[in-house]
Amino acid sequence: MLESAADPSRHVTAAEIAGKYGVSAHHLAKVLAELARAGILDSVRGAGGGYRFAGNPRRLTLLDVMMHFEELTPAAAGRDPGEGTPVGRALLTVLAEIDDIARATFSTITIATMLRLIERQRARPTSASRSASGRSRTR
Amino acid sequence: MRKRDLDEVIAIDATVTGLEKRAYWESIHRRYGRDETHGRQFLVAAAGARVVGFVIGEIRDWEFGSPPCGWVFAIDVAPGARLSGVGARLLDAICAGFRTAGVRTVRTMLSPENRLVLSFFRSQGMMAGPFIPLEMSLD
Repeated sequence: MLESAADPSRHVTAAEIAGKYGVSAHHLAKVLAELARAGILDSVRGAGGGYRFAGNPRRLTLLDVMMHFEELTPAAAGRDPGEGTPVGRALLTVLAEIDDIARATFSTITIATMLRLIERQRARPTSASRSASGRSRTR
Repeated sequence: MRKRDLDEVIAIDATVTGLEKRAYWESIHRRYGRDETHGRQFLVAAAGARVVGFVIGEIRDWEFGSPPCGWVFAIDVAPGARLSGVGARLLDAICAGFRTAGVRTVRTMLSPENRLVLSFFRSQGMMAGPFIPLEMSLD
């Protein structure tokens, strides 16, 4: 999805992204289809088709996307018998703290913010380029 | 930041929070609007003669073991003036003041429930800092 959001005018295919990231094209096709059903991507059939980003990158958050694939309701006491015990309740308190931080993080990073983070990573010198420049200086 | 701007700052805060905290803002103005020691800044953004936003911060030395860094502890933009870059310009301005004073890091802290301002800070490049706020009841 970030691949398509980086250039909303371009159609991306499951095969293209699967090859780039080394993931299952079959699984990725299901993910892309789900994002299209959610209206985050537009699907275009036929030759030259694929998926195009259709969301608002300044409004769509990582949590919005994740919630299409995972149940992210906060941990609640009473689902399992042990959770009603003092040990269970104490553990739920700790897990709830982690859940709160995770939700606050995912719900406040938009696609636009992620794209800026990606650009900053691209602008950083990699370890390969750092060691190459080091070798040239020591000659 | 001029004394006559303070009424508009109070009004913006009252609009956003539902509480008019005149005594609080007058004490903040005395501390941050007239005293530039410790890198204190109380900046306002104006559209014509009207104040549409503000940012307040200072440099704190060695708190929680951290070398001197800039802290932003209040920022807001009048609802009608949002989504036009005012917040970004306010943050840029206060960070420029921090850089001039010689610090190279800026931090802030806010409630995980404050999704709007969290999203804003993240959109400007801020990520989680090296601290975890903890608290306990004294009851």
